[in-house]
Amino acid sequence: MKKKYFLNANIIDPLNSIEEIGGLIVDENGKIEAVGKKVNTNNIPSREKYIDLKEKYIIPGIVDMRVFVGEPGFEYKENFRTLSEAALSGGVTSVVTLPNTDPVIDNVSIVDFLKRRGRDKAKINIFPTASLTKNLEGTNMTEFGLLQEKGIVAFTDGYKTIQNTRLMSRIMRSAYDLNCLVMQHVEDSELAKDGMVNDGIISTKLGLQGISELAEKIIIERDLTLLEEFNCRYHISQISSQKSLDVIKKRKDDVNFTCGVSINNLSLNENDIGDFRTFLKLSPPLRTEEDRESLIKGINNNLIDVIVSDHKPEDEEQKRLTFAQASTGASGIETLLPLALELFHNGSVKLSKIIKTLTCNPAKILKISKGNLNIGNDADFCILDINKPWVVKKENFISKSKNTSIDDRKLQGKITNTFVKGEELFKI
Amino acid sequence: MANVKKAIKISQKHLLGIQDLSISDVNYILSEAKQFISLNKSKNKKLDILRGKTQINLFFEPSTRTQSSFELAGKRLGADVMSMNLNNSAIKKGETLIDTAMTLNAMHPDIIVVRHQDSGASNLLSQKVKCAVLNAGDGRREHPTQALLDALTIIDRKEKIEGLRIAICGDIVHSRVARSNIYLLNMLGAEVNIIAPSNLMPKNIDKLGVNSFSDMEKGLKDCDIVMMLRLQNERMTSSFLSSNREYYEYYGLTPDKLEFAKDDALIMHPGPMNRGIEIDTRLADDINKSVIKEQVELGVAVRMACLKIFCE
Repeated sequence: MKKKYFLNANIIDPLNSIEEIGGLIVDENGKIEAVGKKVNTNNIPSREKYIDLKEKYIIPGIVDMRVFVGEPGFEYKENFRTLSEAALSGGVTSVVTLPNTDPVIDNVSIVDFLKRRGRDKAKINIFPTASLTKNLEGTNMTEFGLLQEKGIVAFTDGYKTIQNTRLMSRIMRSAYDLNCLVMQHVEDSELAKDGMVNDGIISTKLGLQGISELAEKIIIERDLTLLEEFNCRYHISQISSQKSLDVIKKRKDDVNFTCGVSINNLSLNENDIGDFRTFLKLSPPLRTEEDRESLIKGINNNLIDVIVSDHKPEDEEQKRLTFAQASTGASGIETLLPLALELFHNGSVKLSKIIKTLTCNPAKILKISKGNLNIGNDADFCILDINKPWVVKKENFISKSKNTSIDDRKLQGKITNTFVKGEELFKI
Repeated sequence: MANVKKAIKISQKHLLGIQDLSISDVNYILSEAKQFISLNKSKNKKLDILRGKTQINLFFEPSTRTQSSFELAGKRLGADVMSMNLNNSAIKKGETLIDTAMTLNAMHPDIIVVRHQDSGASNLLSQKVKCAVLNAGDGRREHPTQALLDALTIIDRKEKIEGLRIAICGDIVHSRVARSNIYLLNMLGAEVNIIAPSNLMPKNIDKLGVNSFSDMEKGLKDCDIVMMLRLQNERMTSSFLSSNREYYEYYGLTPDKLEFAKDDALIMHPGPMNRGIEIDTRLADDINKSVIKEQVELGVAVRMACLKIFCE
């Protein structure tokens, strides 16, 4: 590989507190050789070509902590190849994949298969999770230690919550012994049963079963109470309401845990469901505008650590149904960053903070050396034209499934180039 | 007489819910319906307004009165009526609502009357077919013709709706009748009281512009109309109430509780009734107080008006 030189870029690397105009050099092995304001024409041999970025942004490749890829079992929704293409177009170079495939990622042999498929078909870095319980049944624990040795970065039951409190306490104890990361989808299943949207005026008007915000709060309170005792690595996958944030705020000082939020809950509210738009049937559900605003505050107050796409590709057939029958979730990996930039453009969140929640924060929680521009690290980064206006059109989606929650939305900011291990894998 | 062309037109292509209608739409439908009341009492009930038109009744949920009411209404107007009960055929074979809609659409009906157990089903259907869609009840959301016939019944007896105090009582959370009635009665200027145990009260119902009560005495005070709703046990997936006995004790309409309302208060019920659970059987049959039979009678007139208007 030839060395690559980029100059005159706005470099943002939150891990190293870099926010300056400068350059980036990628060495022959695809590693970062130098970065920052000290990199200028003087560092470049005169016969070498360099790329003048004219103040476009260079940011570390995004680490998306919550992605569903349909392999194995749901290849018609998304496979490693289509996921990679979609991710790269959105500046995502590392993904954490969910275990709720068919079969479920719950044993060592399936992890071997997954890693082979990922290596052969994916162009981005795949960090698989395994389930907390066998076959996601919520009864028997999986082999955390052995799975972790095979390269599993975290354990989660995907869209299911561990309902049994005794089991949850045992999971935490095991996770503590083996230093494993537990990620919990926080929802009390009985309280949320048959629910489809936020429990409130919209559920009343549309005649749809609501999901109370208490279903989320109760599990968070329970888990944090257990955590106080067992102290394992624990991450709340995504929260959706102000009530949950209140609990997190109260407990943040005496318990160690981290928390994520879906870009959907930061950008949309329950009113957007309008006339039964099934593409906005999400889990956790979209809640009120006050909830959305409080989640933005939560990011600014460091109560929320990570923004995820919660990428859940679903084929059209699963959405062209009545609201009750339609499947849950939205395809969003390629719009994660541009949609998050809305919060920057409208002055809600600082740019470096947004990038932080998308790069080094998730990497730190996962203990992976991604999401930064450290010298000597793989050169996973992207170039961002931060003001470029564009309109989301589901027919232009690269993902195999077009179920976007933000069709026709006008956004500002687009990735123009994405590099993985120094190689340019996406170019607009 | 019913052939007289009105200058007023309806603002909607479909009748999906009261929420979509304007007050002039409502008045237009009600005035058309009034013309059919006497026709339905006469010896020769057949008209030819809808001759050559095809009406399909698409019922995904069991129904007796609404389906027969729509069928009769269509037939009296001269339409070719086909009723399909799909609660046990195509759906069980895995066909989706949209597939069914496309199939029916290919047969070129002029109007489809649909009942479905899922909220929003009629909206979805209306997006996929070319003809007009009449919602005969979608999940818990709306049942517009029921609200219209209730309004017609009230107007028939009380001459107006504006200024009346009307209580809707019972299983509100599962009730599309309650929702449609709240929208319509509010629009026509009534004061609406909603009475239900907390477990059967939808969240934030006050935001729809009603007063909510969990106590019959307070809720029924000075009411002109007491509308009782059926306990929809088939929609209750878990325990909402301890027992029917206790429910009757606190929320069943009895002569004692009716005392709280005005002396000339009328009792309504969309049917089918659970006698001895939400309503005392004597009250249900009391011809001086109950207008339940009249509701059924006027239901045909209202549905004739809707079919006529939306077929055009």
